[in-house]
This record gives sequence, structure tokens and C-alpha cells, in this order.
Amino acid sequence: MRIKHWLVGMGAIAVMLGLAAAAEAGATFDKVKQAGQIVCGVNTGLAGFAMPDSQGHFAGLDVDICKALAAALFGDVSKVKYVPLTAQQRFTALQSGEVDVLSRNTTWTLQRDTDLGLNFTAVVYYDGQGFMVAKKLGVKSAKELNGATICVQPGTTTELNLADYFRANKLAFKPVVIEKLDEVESAFFSGRCDAYTTDRSGLAATRAARASNPDDYVILPEVISKEPLSPAVRQGDDQWNDLVRWVIFALFNAEEKGITSKNVDDMLKSDDPDIKRMLGVTPGAGKSLGVDDKWAYNEIKLVGNYGEIFERNVGESSPLKLARGLNNLWTKGGLIYGMPIR
Amino acid sequence: MASPSTDSIPRPARPPFWRNPAVRGVFYQLLFIAVVVAVGGFLVHNTLVNLGRQNIATGFGFLHREASFAIGESLIAYAPSDTYARAFLVGLINTLYVAVLGIVLATVLGTVIGIARLSRNWLVAKLTLVYVETFRNIPLALQLLFWWTFLREGAPSPRQAWRPLPGVFVSDRGLEFPLPQSNPAHLWIFLAFVVGLAGAVAVSGWARRRQMATGVQFPSGWVGLALIVGLPLLVFLTAGTPLAFDWPALKGFNFAGGGSVSPEFAALLFGLTIYTASFIAEIVRAGILSVSWGQSEAASALGLRPGLTMRLVVLPQALRVIIPPITSQYLNLTKNSSLAVIIGYPDLVSIANTTMNQTGQAVEGIALIMAVYLAISLTIALSMNLYNRAVALVER
Repeated sequence: MRIKHWLVGMGAIAVMLGLAAAAEAGATFDKVKQAGQIVCGVNTGLAGFAMPDSQGHFAGLDVDICKALAAALFGDVSKVKYVPLTAQQRFTALQSGEVDVLSRNTTWTLQRDTDLGLNFTAVVYYDGQGFMVAKKLGVKSAKELNGATICVQPGTTTELNLADYFRANKLAFKPVVIEKLDEVESAFFSGRCDAYTTDRSGLAATRAARASNPDDYVILPEVISKEPLSPAVRQGDDQWNDLVRWVIFALFNAEEKGITSKNVDDMLKSDDPDIKRMLGVTPGAGKSLGVDDKWAYNEIKLVGNYGEIFERNVGESSPLKLARGLNNLWTKGGLIYGMPIR
Repeated sequence: MASPSTDSIPRPARPPFWRNPAVRGVFYQLLFIAVVVAVGGFLVHNTLVNLGRQNIATGFGFLHREASFAIGESLIAYAPSDTYARAFLVGLINTLYVAVLGIVLATVLGTVIGIARLSRNWLVAKLTLVYVETFRNIPLALQLLFWWTFLREGAPSPRQAWRPLPGVFVSDRGLEFPLPQSNPAHLWIFLAFVVGLAGAVAVSGWARRRQMATGVQFPSGWVGLALIVGLPLLVFLTAGTPLAFDWPALKGFNFAGGGSVSPEFAALLFGLTIYTASFIAEIVRAGILSVSWGQSEAASALGLRPGLTMRLVVLPQALRVIIPPITSQYLNLTKNSSLAVIIGYPDLVSIANTTMNQTGQAVEGIALIMAVYLAISLTIALSMNLYNRAVALVER
């Protein structure tokens, strides 16, 4: 009996030592290369950003970032394992190493960047928080929402912005806080809440995917916060951070230079030195990142440039029908600006 | 003639101390404690080191920072500008609120159903059997979602709210009802109630002692009731019936004024009560059946009426069987209240989850939740054990 206790104790020690050793192996870049696949944390189901289709394949803007990463690293977009995460699970999943990269419409904030031990890579979608209400309420502005019941997901910047906005405007409200996205959405559509608040892209996605008649709901004009959505990696994981960041910049630069998935093969013959460097005709960039020189070529060939990704998932041709707005190229009045690849 | 010396008989050598069973026992226990402490210390150290390596902040300092999120329902004043510690307190009170109400209601409902299960009326016995087997065999989480959806989808919007009674509204925002406005006289009414209660206890004690001594009975129940109800009523009437109601009214989006019960709270309370009552019913039934029929027969032979037989003979013996398992049910109900997270009632776990996500202090948050639930559970267990000791068989 006592021997048994002792064995249990020793077993526990062994297990913890094993865990400690696992935490030691920090360099995600090497780990991912060795494993031959990227473990990518995505939303559990947000149309346009990450949503499983009828066969269970994830699609969306956040998902395409993971695919672009896999294309750059392995030349194969299927080398990704998607882990659906709720708003509350996401940071722990990244911190504990369960996922290699968190590509899940996550707002870049100071506190997350520091206290949570994360690093944000590059903003892939400039969003802002808004409100959606049923048209029949006749509400025209968020300022008219005094006393309203508002559905919101917990553990988000949304929840904090909501409280801040109502505090700043001296308005009262009653939150109904539900963790699961589909539950909070059905609570709103069933009339439990007067308004639903999240990022405006999310509102459009919810309205397109969940409302029985999308025209019965309006998104109010107020944008109450800045929500720069960016993939995140663990702090202190510099090589991996660099790769994710430059994979995203390459998507931006490709759109700026007019390289698309259709014409990328022709572009290999281009005389533009920028394009030559990006597509690996002039070698060097890939080597610096620790990947094949064809990294950007593979991304664009297999996934497309940023503009293509945007249009396909959330743009005018998608059910979400979001305008480019802030997410247009800097040359066209937006904020999308890829750092130079040289 | 020398007597044989006792010294010449060889005494067995004293065994070395390490073969002494008592010493060995102590040694192994110390060793075991040392291993437990070492493992615990290692776990804490390892966690801290790993958190440090991942650049995650640690410590309970975050509790003093501003929470800046809103909470849907709270029994104490709370605003987003309050601290995380205050938010935790709101969650704790919400948890206790639903747990205490749930325990009371589940006990009442469970006892009624348990006795009805033994009814000689076929319909009553079978209906309660269906109740027990249905509710204790469906997972609680599903039941909660069911009640919540039922209350949410079944009720109309606030503008078309049902009015079952004047001033009472039922809508998908919950149940709104009038509340008496506070008045200085209410304090005196409450004091009168306390005095009445104390008087009732005193009368009942005096009646019992007198009955023990002389055998003469006294209607202490009725007198007690008269004291408890009558005294406050008297004060209420002499103060000039100070009763004004705060009526709920539709104002903008929602009802303002009066009291209200949210669908989330109602669903949680319903679900916990109905689920736990089905277990309590079976415990009560088993407890009553455990008292042999001969006891009731003997009581009847002594001339006790059925009500007195139940109260004085059967129940005291049944309670000894009932209380230990019912304690477990109370603990279960309290812990199950953490399922509030799925339907959005702001209980301790829900608020701790939000806090952990906003601050990233998962380890501290979980430690707080565990400590609080442990403290609540130990308190319930302690009080139930004391009660159990009070009703346990006293051997003479």
C-alpha cells in the first residue's frame, strides 16, 4: 500500500517532468517543419472568416491565412490541422502550445500583447465594433439604445467596448453574456436581446448566415471601437513570428503588384525587380525566412493575393457583401500596406 | 542454596529501532507527507517557471484592477468601474442565491414527490414514477438549455407581454412584478416579526417541558403562528398600513421599476430544482421504506393518529437514512449551478471565465473558483453533518 502511494508520487513527478520538457521545446518553426503540418486555431464558426462547410472543411479569410502559411512552408495547402476555438479558449490554446498560430479574428491590444505572452503578426482585417437590431424596433442610432438588453460574447474586447461606450454616453444597458457563438446568435434572433454587438464584419456574417430574412435586421452606423484583427503567435518565438508576418505581407504586396493566382506563372517572367525577388526568381528572400525561395509563389498560386482572399470570403461577391473600406490597399485609400520584400 | 538468578534466563535481544512497527509506521507516514509536499511544491514551482518563460503575468494583483465589463444581474450594486474582486463577489452571491433557493425548493418538491411515490393511489404513484425516471435520466445541461429555450421562445416580446395579474408581466425578458417601496416602518415590522419568532420558540419550549412534566398538551403551533404573523400585522396596522408598490412599466426597450426574474435565472433554478428533486424523491422514498412496518403498527396500537405516527415515529427514524445521501445532493446542486455558463446566468464560474479571458490569469482564476466551491461545499457538508448528529440514534 505504501509502496503504491510512493509509486503514484513518483509517477506524478515523472509526468510533470515530461510536461516541463515539452514546454522547453519552444521553437515552433522547427516543430512545425518536423511535424509537416501547421496547427491553426480558428473560429468555431463565423461565416467569411472560418466556417466549416457540409464536408467539414474550413473556409474563410482566417482559414486562408493558415493555408497561405502551409503553402509557403510546404507548398501544400492541405498541411493544416484546424482547431476550432471559442473566444475563451483561444489564448490558453496558443499559450499552452496546442495551436501553432491563432488565426481567429482576434483584436490586437496592448494587454494581450504583453500580459498574455502573445505576439501579433500583421493586421489582416481592420474591423470596428457595431450594433445590429431588428428593423421593426425603428432604432436609427446606437445612442437610442438606452435601457436595451444587449447580447454579447464574454471574454472579448467587444464586451469591454460595450461597457465603455455606454458608460461614456451615460446610457444604461443589460448584458446577456453567452459564450457559444451560435447560442448568443439564437438568443438575439429569438428576441431575448434588443441588440447584438460584435465586430461589424461579424454582424454582417451573422446576418447573412443566421437570419431567416437578412433584410429584417439593420447594422447601426456607429463604429464604437478599433478592432485590428491579427493572427497571433507565442512571444519569444521570433523566427515563427517572422514567417507568419511576411507570409501576410507577401499577400498584400502581391495584390499591390497585380500578381494573382491566375497570372502568377506569367509574372515569373516579369522584369520588375520587386516581383522577381518576391517570386524567388531572384533568390534570397526565402532563405532568410528559412523556407523555399518559392514560398510567395506557392502562396499566391495556391491561395491567391489578399484581394482575391477578401473578395472570395467576405467581399461583394460573398454572402457577407462587405466593402473593402479600410481594408483596401494603401494606394486605394485603405490601410493595407505590405512591408517591402527585399 | 542459591536461588536461580533471574538474570541467568536470557532475555530476547531488543530489536533494532528500525524494526519497531510503531517507528516504521511514523517513518512511512512522514515519508509519504514529504513526497506529497514535494510533488505539490514541484507542481507550483513548475507552473510558475513555465508561466514566466511564456511571459505570462502571475499573481492576484489583477483583482484590484477595474473590471470594466458589465454584469447582467446582481444582488449588490455593481458597475463596470468596480474591481475584478467586486465582480467575483457578484458572481459568488449569484451562485449562492441560486444554490440556496434551489436547495430549499428541491427539498420541498423532492419530499412531496418521494412521499407521493408511496401513495396507494395508482395514478399518483405512477405519475411520480414517470417524473423521477424522466428527470433524473436526462443530462442536466440539456434540461437547462431546454428550459432556457422554452422560456425565451415561448414568451412574447416585452411590447406584447402577458399580464396574468395586474402589474405582473411575463415576456422573453423575464418575469416582472411589483415590489413594495421601502418605508421606515418596514424596519419595525421586521423587528416585530423577529420578536414574534422568538416568542413562538419560547412558547413551544415551555409547552414541551410542561407536556413532559404533566402530560397536558398545549396548542403551541397555533399560538406560535399567531405570534409570528400577528405581531408584524399589528405594527403594520398601527403604523397606518404603509404600503406603496413600485410597479413595473414598459419604458423604452424594457420594463423599469419593480422586481424582475430573468429567463436565465428562472431556467437555472427550474432545471436545478427539478433535476435534484428527482434524486431527493428517491432518497426520501428509500428512507421511509427503511423504517419497518411494525413501527407504524406499534404506533397505531398505542393510539397515535397517522399524522403523529409519521411525525413522531417514522420520520425521525427515516431521517437517519435520508440525511447523508441528501447532503450529497445539496453538494451536487451547488456544484451543478456552475452549468449556468451555458445559458448565460452570471454565476461565479461565468464571471471568473470572463475575468480569466480579459486578464489572462487562468491559473489564479481557476484557483479562486476551486477554493470558493470547496469552501461552500465544506460549509454545507459541515452543517448537514451537525444536523445528522442531532437526529442520529442516541444510544443509551
